[in-house]
Formats: sequence, C-alpha cells, structure tokens
Amino acid sequence: MNNVFGVIVISSFQLLLVLASAPLISGIIKKTKARFQRRRGASVVQPYFDLAKLLRKEVVVSPVASWLFRITPYLVFASTLVIALLVPTVVTPVPLHWIGDIITVIYLFALGRFFVALVGLDTGSAFGGLGSSREMSVASIIEPAMMLAIFTAAVTAGSTNLSIIVARLSSTPVAMLNPAHLLAFSGLFIVTIAETGRVPVDNPATHLELTMIHEAMILEYSGRYLALIEWASQMKLVVFLALLSNMFFPVGIATTWSPWALLVGSAAFFCKIIVLAVIVAVVESTNAKLRLFRVPEFLMVAFILSFLALILFFIIGA
Amino acid sequence: MLQPLNPVNRAVKNLGFMIALISSIAGCVLSLSILLSGEPLHVDVLQTRMFGTIAIHADRLSAFFLGTISFLAAVVSIYSLGYATEFLQRRNMVWLVFLYHAFLLSMAGVVMAGHTVLFLFVWEVMSLTTYFLINYDHEDPASRRAAFLYVVMTHIGTAFLVVMFMILYVYTGSFSFEAFTSAGPRLPAVAQSLIFLCATIGFGIKAGIIPFHIWLPEAHPAAPSNISALMSGVMIKTGIYGMVRVFFDFLGPEIPEWWGILILILAVTSSVLGVLYALMEHDLKRLLAFHSIENIGIILMGVGAALLFSSLGNKTLAAIALIAGLYHVLNHAMFKGLLFLGAGSVLHGTRSRNIEELGGLIKKMPWTSFFFLIGAVAISGLPPLNGFVSEWLTFQALLLGFHISDLAVKIAVPVTVALLALTGALAAACFVKAFGITFLGLPRSDHAEHAHESSPTMITAMGLLAMACVVFGVAPGLVVSALDPLASSLLGVNLSGQVALNGGMLLVPQSTSTSIAPPVLTALLMAIIVVPLLGGYLIGGKLRKRVAMTWACGLQKIGPQMQYTATGFSKPIRMIFSNIYRATHEIEISEETSPYFRASITYELKTESVFLKHLYEPVYNFIIVSARMVRRIQTGHVQSYLAYIFITLVLLLLFAR
Repeated sequence: MNNVFGVIVISSFQLLLVLASAPLISGIIKKTKARFQRRRGASVVQPYFDLAKLLRKEVVVSPVASWLFRITPYLVFASTLVIALLVPTVVTPVPLHWIGDIITVIYLFALGRFFVALVGLDTGSAFGGLGSSREMSVASIIEPAMMLAIFTAAVTAGSTNLSIIVARLSSTPVAMLNPAHLLAFSGLFIVTIAETGRVPVDNPATHLELTMIHEAMILEYSGRYLALIEWASQMKLVVFLALLSNMFFPVGIATTWSPWALLVGSAAFFCKIIVLAVIVAVVESTNAKLRLFRVPEFLMVAFILSFLALILFFIIGA
Repeated sequence: MLQPLNPVNRAVKNLGFMIALISSIAGCVLSLSILLSGEPLHVDVLQTRMFGTIAIHADRLSAFFLGTISFLAAVVSIYSLGYATEFLQRRNMVWLVFLYHAFLLSMAGVVMAGHTVLFLFVWEVMSLTTYFLINYDHEDPASRRAAFLYVVMTHIGTAFLVVMFMILYVYTGSFSFEAFTSAGPRLPAVAQSLIFLCATIGFGIKAGIIPFHIWLPEAHPAAPSNISALMSGVMIKTGIYGMVRVFFDFLGPEIPEWWGILILILAVTSSVLGVLYALMEHDLKRLLAFHSIENIGIILMGVGAALLFSSLGNKTLAAIALIAGLYHVLNHAMFKGLLFLGAGSVLHGTRSRNIEELGGLIKKMPWTSFFFLIGAVAISGLPPLNGFVSEWLTFQALLLGFHISDLAVKIAVPVTVALLALTGALAAACFVKAFGITFLGLPRSDHAEHAHESSPTMITAMGLLAMACVVFGVAPGLVVSALDPLASSLLGVNLSGQVALNGGMLLVPQSTSTSIAPPVLTALLMAIIVVPLLGGYLIGGKLRKRVAMTWACGLQKIGPQMQYTATGFSKPIRMIFSNIYRATHEIEISEETSPYFRASITYELKTESVFLKHLYEPVYNFIIVSARMVRRIQTGHVQSYLAYIFITLVLLLLFAR
C-alpha cells in the first residue's frame, strides 16, 4: 500500500483525527476540572459548539492592526496541521515522516508562537505586549528542557525521525521501562504543561492581567480569527499528548495500514490521550498558578529531569 | 534641500558603486567557477628574495568565503546607490567610494591570500579601511571612540597573528600557505597548541567572540548602515575563515581533544551571552551587533564540534559539523546583511535608531518591514527559512556525536544542545521585540509618525537578500553540494555524500533515516492554508469584518504611551537572568501637589558588562599605572634624554661584544 493513494488517505485520516479530536480533549479537560470544583460543568462536546459559533461570527479588527493580524490565525492553524502530519498518532511510520523530524516539529511550533507574539504587539494594546513578553520569556526557558528530553528519546533510537523513535520503541517494549526513559517522560510532561499554557504556568481560563500569558496575546482576536487560534491551540495540546504517549509508550500503535490495525491504533491512541488529558486536568485542579517569576524554577525541574535522564542513559545504556 | 549641490559628487557615487557592483559580480563568478570545477586558482604575484614567491591561492574554502563576500557586496553596492545619497551634501563622496572599494578588495584578498606577507598586508588594509569607515561620522565623539577601540582591539589581534606566523615560519622555513599545509601536521605538539591559541585570539578578536567582543557593539552601529551590513555580514567571517584555515588546513588532522572543547566553550558563551545582551538593547543597530556575536557563537559550535569529533577520529561527524558551521556562515551573511540594511532603511526613514521612539512603521514603510520580518524569522532559526537548516544540521551533528564513547563528549554535547536551544528561543524573543516594537502598534514619536519608505534601490537590495534567505532555506541542496567536497578536502578523507541529497530535496546525515525536506515542507505549509480558509468559509460563510478601535481599558482613546516598551518587553528575561545582567535601576519621581498626580517619572536602567569590569578594566588600569611610572623618567629635559641614549648605547655595546 506504499503508493500515492495510500499516502493521501492516511495523511488525510491523520489530519481529520487531530482536527476532530482536539475540541473533545479540551472538553474532557474542562469537564474534569469542573468536577473537581464540584460543578457539573458544560458537556464535553461544548467546545465544538463554541468553535462553530465563533467561526460564524464577524471579526472585529482594530485600525491599528496590520496585515500580520489577519494572516496569523491562518498561518498558526496551517503550521499546526503540518505538525499533525508529522507526528505519529495512530500509525507509524507516518506517510510523510521524511519531510520533517522532531526538531522540525518544535521549530514549527516556535514559528506559530513567533507570529502570535508579534500580533500581541500589533494592535497597540498594553495587554498584548504583556502577553508577548511573558510568552517569549517562558518559551525561551522551556526550549532547552524540551530539547534535552527529546534528545534522550532520539539518542535511544539513534535518530530524530519521530516515526523511527516510535517504531524502535514499540518493537522493544522493555525499553519503555528504562528509568532514563521515565525521567525524560516526566521532563516532557512538565514541558507540555508549560507549552500548552496550563496551570501552574499559565491559566487558559483567566483574563486577569496579573496572570494571563497566552490569553493576553490573543485578547484582540474575535470571531473566526479567534476560532482558528483556539482550535490551533487545542490541536497543539493533542499533538503534545500524542508525543508524550507515542514517544514513550507506543502501545497498540498500528505498524501497517490495514483497516483493522488502524482501528486498534485509533482506540489505543484515544485511550492514551484521554488518560493524559485527565492527568493534565488533575494537575491543573490540584495546583495553584505560580507567580510568573517562580515559573523558571518550575521549568528548571523539567530541565534537570531531562538532564538526569541523559546521564542515566549514559550510565546504564539503552 | 534634496537638490545636490555638487553634481560631481553624485556622479562619483553612482559610478563608484556601479563599479563595485560589477566587480562583486565578477567575484561571484570566480567563486562559483572554483567551487564547481574544484580546481584551485593559483597566481604568483611577486618574487621576493626575502619572503619567497608571494602568491594568490584560492581553493574551495577561499572560494566559498569569496562567494559569500562577493554576493553580499554586490547587494550592498545596489543599496548604497540609494543610501549614500544622504551623504552627498555633507561628505566627500570620493573618500567614501575609495574606502568602500579598498574594503571590498581587502576582504577578497584576505580569503584568497596564499602567502603570509600578502595576508598580513590585506588584513591590515581591511582593518584600516574599516577604521576610517567607522569614523566616517567623525564629528560624533561616539564614532571616534568606537573607531579607536576597534583599531586598538584589532591590532592586538594582528599582533597574535604575527606571532602565529612567526612560529609557523620557524618550524617550516617558509612563508607560503602551501608549506604550512604540508608541514603543519608534523609540528611538535607544543608549537601546534601555541599556534592554535594565537589563532583563536587573533582571529577571535576579528570575529567578535566573547570575551574579545567589546569593540563590536560599538563599531557596527557607528559605521554607516551599508558598511555595518558588510562588517557584520562578512568582515567578521574572515575571522572564521582564518580559524578554519589554520585549524583544519594547517594543523589538522591529528589534534588534541581540548582544542575542540575550548572552541565549544567560547562558542556557547558567545552565543548565549550575545543574545542575552542583545535583548537589553534598544538601539536597533547595537541589538543587531550583539546578534552577530550570538551567530558567530553558533558558527563556532559547528567548528568546535568538528574539531572535537575530528580529534576523536570520527571524520564523518566532523564533516557534518563543519558543513553546519559553514552553512551558517553563509546564512548569517544573508540575514544579518538584510537586517542591517533594514535598520539603515529605518534610520533613513525616521532618523532614529532607538526603537523606543519607533512603532507603526509597517504602515509607513511596508517593504522595509516585510523584508525585515523575513530577516527576523530567518535569524530566529524558524522554518522554512535558511537559519533553520543550518541550526538543524548543527543539532544533528551534535546528536550523532553523543554516541562517541568519550566522557568529555558526553558532557559537552548535551550542554551545547541545550544552550543552542536556549539561544534560538531567546533570539526569537529578541526579534519579536525588535520587529514588534519598531514596526507594529502605534508610532511612539514624531519621527515614526512621519516616516517614509526608502528609495527603490534600497528596497531592491533588501528584496534580493530576503530572496536569498528563502532560497537557501528551501533548497539547501544548493549550499550543501558546494560544502560537501569542501569539508571532505579539509578533513583529508573522502566523505562525499555524507549529507546526502535525495533528488535535491532531502538532507540525511549518515545512514540513519533522519531527514527534512524543506521544499516539500514549504509547499505543504502553503497548500494546507486552504484548510482553514475553506473550512471557515464552509462553516461560517463569507468573512465579515468590522473595524473598531483597540480596547483601551475603558479610557476614551488608546495612546502610544500605553503600549509595551522594549524595556518592558525584556523585563522578564532581565529578572530571570538577573545574575548575568546585574541590572541597577533608578526611579526618580517628581510630584507636584499630591502623590497621586505625578509631574514626571524618570526611569534609568543600567546593565553591567562583566567583561568590561573584570577583564578589561584591570588591564586598562595596569597600563595607565605603568605608564604613570614610566612618566617619571620622562622629564622633558633634553639632557636626560641624551643620558638615556648614552646609557642604552653602552649597554648595547656591552651585550654585542
């Protein structure tokens, strides 16, 4: 099935999967958080309605804003979709794995962030600058920790190609229990929390100027633009959960393109990311948001975990 | 006011830069012919009794640097046609054109010299022409100071280079580079290490690596912007050229491990501190100058890793690392040239380099801002532009190197990887600041309010460099196929195809299936934009837009002073890295009637340069103190001077006896 048709089918399947599941995962997190607060909370499918509504609404654009303001939502959405094509979710290797590796994925996220941060400064609002400044500062301390965590996984597989990392690991399941691996996983988990703007680093549910980071940058967005930005960040969360689950526990992932394997792979994928999403919600509910200048210390933990992982890897081997 | 007073001046300008453009294109052609044929160019210039045959010798390494220099020089010549117009009335154009030509010629000479005497001669010509160019605005005391600092620092560098060549002469008995290449590897270890250290300091000062960087952030902003682009884009690369020439061509391949480690330490220090200092700058050109230090650091990561891997016998990895470093040389020339030309355009259009006074230029200077944005994305190492490819290659070389079983490598590699990631992210933060505060939002001053777009020649030049950033990012095959045989020839082993190009698209270091396909990635990125466009249309119909002013927190009107400032933007970074900055600030508040209504607030922030305080100041003080002591014997009486001469003479006669 290694033909053009197969590549198109599988790639489209992957795109649709990430596109369609992203609001659901966000709904599950919101629901879990609501339950922790002893609220009933909105239905898990509420984010779909929100997106549909926003997509239909008109956009309000400031006269101060430039063309960057108008292209950024599309650019961010598109770069997230490209990432969705590169990250193995239900099947490995992904058909387009040769286009970009894990470093490409990280830098594509950085590309989206770069433009969103610019837009924060585009409308002349004080909040936007505040968000951009914080986002870029936090991102710069996340980056080394993320790179080291990924480094550990890449060194184990001897390649930065995501599909190969996943395939190597799924063929030798014992390696999943390697302590170096578990440490790197914890490091990347903290990175995920920070990258996707979750408590204790950022709070996606607040618009309080003292605490908000991501929300401050996109404060001037409305209507369809906001829908695209929101959807893209929901997809970013799914991609990160996919990275966490498949780079470290690729259980059940399909290795062929047969419908049965894809079905099992999808089921396994959903189980894993839902579990991870619930864990994220638990972390969010049981921790208080850190003061901005305590965040570096928190991220330092991720860095040290990843570094320890590498040292362990060096001592005990793969 | 715009009417030229002196038509001769204008003619000199046009003719001068046109000739520079044509000769730069000739340089590109020469470089390409050497790169494509692989045949070195060798011309004997002069027979001397004392120094042997003085020759020009340009191999692939020279040709690569010559190509980079010539391409940027050609573009900057186009830019200068428009940019130099502003000097027409107050300056003698002949002087500028003369210096410009001498500068270009000397840079080409440095990379093509095949003999010590020729090399040192053109090296000095390069230093002196840049001294005069930095001093071009000589009415400004800051320019004079910067030029003086530069000339002092660069001569310290030259002194080390002279020592290095002397050592080489003592052991090889020749001044020609070919003799050094053949005899260099057989030198005793001590001599090799001395040469290594002299080259590191001598060329390091020119390259601006930390801690020898102090001249760079002063000199680059002082020079006219077209000159800054050349200095930052290519002149400092002659230092890299010298290092690669000496380390790999003269001394390789048997080298001690600590060389690579030392270069890596200098590299990570330069890159991290360079970008951290850049973040604190509000002067657009100083900010870019600090980024040059950062990028020299990234280049040296490749060179240092190549040295390290080569000393451990892994030539394959060394080649990949060297290709990564040299690729970044080209990339940095393109985007830093572009950014300096953009800064020149901003300066031209607004008369201000202080980004705190700018803002909103994207509307007034659409082309400049668009090209500056491309440069900003490229320097931040983001795909699909060229900075990404070279940083990706550097990461790959380091990751593959982790498998070498050597303790130093196991420590050096992860640290370098983490710090390279940090550098990349901080650079992105810095360029969000630089671009966002300068070009976006509301204008912060009258200068920015009345900005105007630059002349077509300036825009064309920036457009050409922006195109180069895209092409070298999307089609890395072009560059890698030129660098691959170059790295092979320098490392003395046949490695062709190590960074393989599958159909001109794929970059695959070694046999593992790690690859990126920038052309496909770019095409995919552009094609997939259809999804949100079409999806939005299908779900929500045609996009409806309403224009409404930015929310001003309930106030009547939003003002430019309500926006974030560059100082405010970098505050979190300043707090996180407070140990490095040691920032001190003073706030002065003057109140009139009540503490709630303040007449004015003055905020002053200073960050301290550790190197100036702890490295240069003691040396400077020592020189001053010893000069004072020497002054005691300098009485001003001719009699005593005669006495000194007499005593010296007697002593000399005693020695010579």
